[in-house]
Amino acid sequence: MKEKKSLFYYLSCILIGLVALLFTFTLYWIITGSFKTRPEIMSATPVWFPSEWVMSNYEKLMSSRSAPLFSIFGIQGPNGPAALRWLINTVFMAVASMILTCITSSMAGYALAKKRFAGRGLVFTLIVCAMALPKQVILVPLVRLMAGLNLYDNIWSVIFPIVGWPFGVFLLKQFSEGVPGEMIEAARIDGAGEIKTFVEVVLPMIKPGIGALAIFTFINSWNDYFMQLIMLTTSENLTISLGIATMQAENSTDFGLLMAGSALAAVPIIAIFLVFQKYFTKGITMGAVKG
Amino acid sequence: MAQSKVHYSKKTRKLVMKETVSAYLFMLPFLIFFLGFVVYPMFMCVYTSFFDATMGDRADIFVGFANYKELFQDQVFIKAFWNTLVIVVVSVPVTCIFSLWVANCISKMNVAATSTFRCIFYLPVVTGSVAVTMVWKWMFNNYYGIFNYVGQTTGMIDRPINWLGDPRYALGCIILILLTTSVGQPIVLYVSALDNVDKSLVEAAEVDGATSLQAFWRIKWPQMMPTTLYILVITTINSFQCFALIQLLTSGGPDNSTMTIMYYIYHNAFKLYRYGYGNAMGVILALIIAALSAVQMKLGQEKN
Amino acid sequence: MKKILALVLAACMVMTFAACGSNNASETTAPADAANAANGSESSNAPAEGKTQISLWTYPIGDWGKQENVNALLAKFNEAHPNIEVKVEYLTYSDGDDKVNTAIEGKRAPDVIMEGPERLVSNWGAKGVMVDLSDLWTEDAKADVFGSVEAACKSADGAYYEYPLCMTAHCMAINKTVFEETGAWQYVDAETHTWTTENFLKACQTLADAGYDIGSIYCNGQGGDQGTRALINNLYGGTFTNAEHTAYTANSPENVKAMETLLNQKGIRYDASINGGEEADLFAQGILKMAFCWNAATHDARKEVIGENFEVFPMAFPSPEGTDTQLCGGIWGFGIFNNGDDAKIEAAKTFIKWVCDENTVESVETSGFWSVRNSVTDTYAGDEMKAVYGSFMQYMGDYYNVIPGWTTARTEWASMLQKISTGTPVAEAAETFVSNANAAAAG
Repeated sequence: MKEKKSLFYYLSCILIGLVALLFTFTLYWIITGSFKTRPEIMSATPVWFPSEWVMSNYEKLMSSRSAPLFSIFGIQGPNGPAALRWLINTVFMAVASMILTCITSSMAGYALAKKRFAGRGLVFTLIVCAMALPKQVILVPLVRLMAGLNLYDNIWSVIFPIVGWPFGVFLLKQFSEGVPGEMIEAARIDGAGEIKTFVEVVLPMIKPGIGALAIFTFINSWNDYFMQLIMLTTSENLTISLGIATMQAENSTDFGLLMAGSALAAVPIIAIFLVFQKYFTKGITMGAVKG
Repeated sequence: MAQSKVHYSKKTRKLVMKETVSAYLFMLPFLIFFLGFVVYPMFMCVYTSFFDATMGDRADIFVGFANYKELFQDQVFIKAFWNTLVIVVVSVPVTCIFSLWVANCISKMNVAATSTFRCIFYLPVVTGSVAVTMVWKWMFNNYYGIFNYVGQTTGMIDRPINWLGDPRYALGCIILILLTTSVGQPIVLYVSALDNVDKSLVEAAEVDGATSLQAFWRIKWPQMMPTTLYILVITTINSFQCFALIQLLTSGGPDNSTMTIMYYIYHNAFKLYRYGYGNAMGVILALIIAALSAVQMKLGQEKN
Repeated sequence: MKKILALVLAACMVMTFAACGSNNASETTAPADAANAANGSESSNAPAEGKTQISLWTYPIGDWGKQENVNALLAKFNEAHPNIEVKVEYLTYSDGDDKVNTAIEGKRAPDVIMEGPERLVSNWGAKGVMVDLSDLWTEDAKADVFGSVEAACKSADGAYYEYPLCMTAHCMAINKTVFEETGAWQYVDAETHTWTTENFLKACQTLADAGYDIGSIYCNGQGGDQGTRALINNLYGGTFTNAEHTAYTANSPENVKAMETLLNQKGIRYDASINGGEEADLFAQGILKMAFCWNAATHDARKEVIGENFEVFPMAFPSPEGTDTQLCGGIWGFGIFNNGDDAKIEAAKTFIKWVCDENTVESVETSGFWSVRNSVTDTYAGDEMKAVYGSFMQYMGDYYNVIPGWTTARTEWASMLQKISTGTPVAEAAETFVSNANAAAAG
């Protein structure tokens, strides 16, 4: 079972270790940087470890702008640091995209896989074509569309196009094809309606696919910077990535503040990632193999 | 045949109708989003590319293929096209080879080490492109960045290099950062693909005296072809769409040396108000990517 | 399972409606109007309670970029006009234009915007998206405001797209502490805060010999480019445009010579990795010894960083005679975007009138600059540093920013400097700039 390990292998391990060190170093640099004083940040000789851990960057991050923490049904929440609002917006956006995508895709994927109907070929071709095209090219027309719908500068203008992206349907169609037709037939014969069949027979069987899609959508929407950039403008509607980018425009050399913002954006999702690491890896792999 | 079809037609047609209606009802929620926010804008993208469209209340003016004609004479667009090509041509193979190499090595380690390394290489993906860009911007800083310090103390460079302000280095720096954010997913994929390789075949080959390199090429590589193909396609698309890095680090400069098609679309649409022109570029970009994906798919199928 | 699905679906529906609600929260104060606005009828959201909400976007013009200062002003405004609610958004010079442009395309342009004529008049005004403010320009106002400012706020077809509040002359600054240490201080006319080109170059040489990074011809984007323009134009008496503001003249022998001189000066580098604000930061941190992107407000904003580390000494840009320097002016004021809602336009005008006409002194002080009116003097009585910056106004040069093709010209200017930094011959880069900018000016 054991493969022979050559010199090449050991050399590779050392090299990979070094590259991995650089990867972890960027994260280390973000976190320690956020606790450094301005002179330490600016020092031509890098300060490898903060001599004293200062909170001033985080204080500045939390105090420079304020915004209502949420607004639902036109009711504004209490005012708080804008950075927190950005985080809330981002989580809301990612979770809403995730839920909506999973629901719409599982339903459509099932229909495409298991039902024979007029226009099936056309719909499927459209989906495949759309998938091959880069999402970004439609962003310019999307601004006009969202303006027409009065959704511009609204978090939903970022969510809707993500939900419409056909990758999820494609993925869950593959999964649904694995559901044996006999099981569906059996459920029908037992008198189950369409919805009951879908919910009680199909859904449990494509659960792994839905999990994979959920993780996929979550990461992608979290990182979809370009769409957020052109759709959202006012400070209370920004996402955390956009917020940091705006801060960078404002205080372009205040790297302590920028690192604090980056840490605020990165740490929660890294924590989620580490906790659910197994599911993440599984989700990514499954998405690729079936897609 | 025709006779029997007519015979059953009433019942069958009713069933078919029912099936069709239920299928469309199941697809309805998705179709609303898909048609509204993907297909319609795509159509509008092509449509508007034939117009001189700008902001304000002025109606768009039909100009036929003028936008496309101008594109091919626009020096900056041609430059952006080449830069994009350089990014793709460098980053796609490097990402694939690097992640295959890493995956191959770490998959031979024990489970904990594999998962740690996999985690580390995936970190930049979850950290998010903006946060990653910020820290690299600081590290590349001309006056107090860590690269100039390390370079000078180790004697690799004799005076500070203006990494992002020098056209000789700027594009390279962008590609480097892009690489760090794009190897995570391929490594995860390759590790699991290597896991799924039929182990008995590898053992059999080794019993027959094959070196590990031979075993790799003859047995593992062909089995991982679908994974490679998928990685090729997604890395190509991602490299084409590299935007945040450019916008936050160089805005396409210095002297357009980091201008990419994606950034130039943004520049035209939202800085110069030339929506029609920007859309024409979008159409061209879409065509290029679609063609490349098709070629990659085709090659992959032939090899299989 | 079914129940869960139903629940999730219901939750999604609720969220969708919540979204419409939150969207309109920024449009009107009355939730009851949400339905109207969601249907896209923006003009119909006449406030139920007689309250009008307008949005104000400001560029960082002194403390007009700071939330606490603006909020204080707004609180005072609301005492006088409780029916108008002003929602403020703070822009930056590096991404503000993109945000406004996208917002215009997204039909969510702000009601009031605070910036200068080069954007309000030459850019958005010329594009036809602004409201003519002629009715704000009463005879009294015209008599009181400086003539050159009035001319700048007026478009070619006679419409006023800006109502001005404050102005300044952009200058440069030097690190006095280092100048004294190295002996470069002898080249500075400390009395008038001016210097001749000859002395400027001597000072640069002194600093360079001492091994310092002197200054940076920053050109990553357009932010703060008035500094590089003023430096290059003044050095040998060149101009940026012709006197009629119809053509760009950056390729004149004087300008080319200036750019070549700077290129060859040790210690000064063309730097495409930073913009004006970053250059000012580097100066404030003591890394650069001169800042070309500087004015009273830039100084105020960096006082904390400068601290006790060194003494900042504001200077006019060097010119052949020293006192014939032509500084770039900045004029800031308000414009109104035409969002098709008369109630909002009226409210916006009320706000502008209050800020500029009724609360003049405080509004001007918030900016850190000077009033555009003859009648307002002594804004910062007793502040010596402000007096120095104020004295630069006598060197105010031609306000050429109103030339057509301005947006393109600024992009091209940055691109020209970037080209020079990469080794393109100066004359060739300048030639490209002039031909591209003139093409844009011609329409």
